[in-house]
Amino acid sequence: MSAAALPAAETSPANASRGILLMLLLPGLIALVITFLLPLIWLLRASFASSTMGALSGGDWTVQSYSTVLFDPFYWRVAWNTLVLGFNVAIFAVILSYPIALFLARTESRFRGVLTALAVAPLLTSSVVRTYGWMVILGDRGVINSTLQSLSLTGGVIRLTNNSLGATVALIEILMPYAILAMLSGFGRLNTQLEEAAAMLGANRLRVFTRIILPLSAPGVLTAALLVFVLAISSFVTPRLMGGGRVFVLGTEVFNEATVTLNWPLAAALSVMLLILFSSIILLYQRALRALET
Amino acid sequence: MQSNPLLGRFAWNTLIALLYLFLLAPIIVVFIISFDTRQYLAFPPESFSFGSYVKVFQNVKFISAFWRSLIIGAIVGLVAVSAGMLLSLSLVRHHFRGKAAVNFLILAPFLVPHIVLAVGIMLVIAPLGLLDSYPGIVLAHLGITIPYTVRTITMSLMAVDTRIEEAALVHGASPRMVFWRITLPLVRPGLIAGGVIAFLISFDEATISLFIVSVKASTLPTEIYHYLEYSTDPQIAALSVVLILISVGVVMVVEKLIGLRKAL
Repeated sequence: MSAAALPAAETSPANASRGILLMLLLPGLIALVITFLLPLIWLLRASFASSTMGALSGGDWTVQSYSTVLFDPFYWRVAWNTLVLGFNVAIFAVILSYPIALFLARTESRFRGVLTALAVAPLLTSSVVRTYGWMVILGDRGVINSTLQSLSLTGGVIRLTNNSLGATVALIEILMPYAILAMLSGFGRLNTQLEEAAAMLGANRLRVFTRIILPLSAPGVLTAALLVFVLAISSFVTPRLMGGGRVFVLGTEVFNEATVTLNWPLAAALSVMLLILFSSIILLYQRALRALET
Repeated sequence: MQSNPLLGRFAWNTLIALLYLFLLAPIIVVFIISFDTRQYLAFPPESFSFGSYVKVFQNVKFISAFWRSLIIGAIVGLVAVSAGMLLSLSLVRHHFRGKAAVNFLILAPFLVPHIVLAVGIMLVIAPLGLLDSYPGIVLAHLGITIPYTVRTITMSLMAVDTRIEEAALVHGASPRMVFWRITLPLVRPGLIAGGVIAFLISFDEATISLFIVSVKASTLPTEIYHYLEYSTDPQIAALSVVLILISVGVVMVVEKLIGLRKAL
């Protein structure tokens, strides 16, 4: 197709179409270059600049920000906290989303559309709003604490907010719709006929699940876990609000350096490290997926 | 070893119901607490009143931020749809060198965490004096919304039967007329879905906005964030319910027009 079209591209009507093509491409490309490509290049450049309050100094290059990050034990703890948060959130979000996704993929209920909408609807409310919801549930005078106290199950208040537990629980729920969506689109290969065939050949339900449903849904599950993990390690609104300033992860530190301390090169360096972490996880995922497929 | 299938089914349905409850819990409690009027956060509500809603609608900060969010979201939606339409046309209807690179550039924002993008955009627009301004926040939201509009519009465009356009051309319609009278109406669902998604992303977005705006161009999510740093009273719950209702309304419109799963 493209080989046949190639000679035609030299003639003059094609030049007109090239002009049209340019007109079509330019606005969007300019927007994407300004709002995506340039910011990433700037970020990289800024991470090698020397720090001045709320601005970037001119031409000098220094690895000062990176050495700050690499030699300060605080940032190692921050990186560790971030990874722990990401793993916990990913594991629980996947475990809790799997039954819902499986249900939605297999149900023949006429409410299927409504139930799917209900499962992903939280995605369309601001994460700030849903974080507030978790403050109401987990707060010192929130749903859980007041219920426990009215049943006299606990003497005092159980601290469920202003710590990483609160941040983890809230993030699990906030990211579950992403996991459900990722699984739903990955569950295309699930096939009830295959399950029925296995059952007819004498496999019990546990065996059908472990030998057919689980292997066929594994790629979807892996994608969901990756998506939730990368979203969790780059989150900052929920850890900041649920952590009450006591949870230190990469996201909260980037925000702190960028808007409070105004050390922009350090914010840039932390962002670059987050990006490196992010990319390496995605590369690992691609290798895992390839291993699953073969 | 044969288990009771009815019991198994009941247990399975209960599990699904409980998981749904967990997923919707924050929205449910926000709804309940929004009818409380105390100055602090406590559960269950003491009274049932619309006092918090009244307070929200009298809160100048929230109201002005709401209008700003609405305007910013509308501009972002319009620009993202226009740019997305043009990009989709070039990708679906034209063959050119570097198409793969363009495709990658459009999909790449999906692969970069918002917080990283936020720092980058902040660094780019700060020297231009665009921090805390309408153009600044609109630009910041374009990069993350254009990939969505390209996606929905491309899908609509690929479903268009090009023979209809050819027929119109053969019968003497100018290319311009074919575009306005045939192509555009046929891809309308994709345009609307893309615009709505872009609007919602901009309207609900907090992470990038918090880096870009502070006072003059603050959006509703950033105002709520800053409010929550100091206070968690039911006013925020009432405001949240209003926002949730807006989102649900918009989602229902999208569902009606093209189906939710196609849009996302």
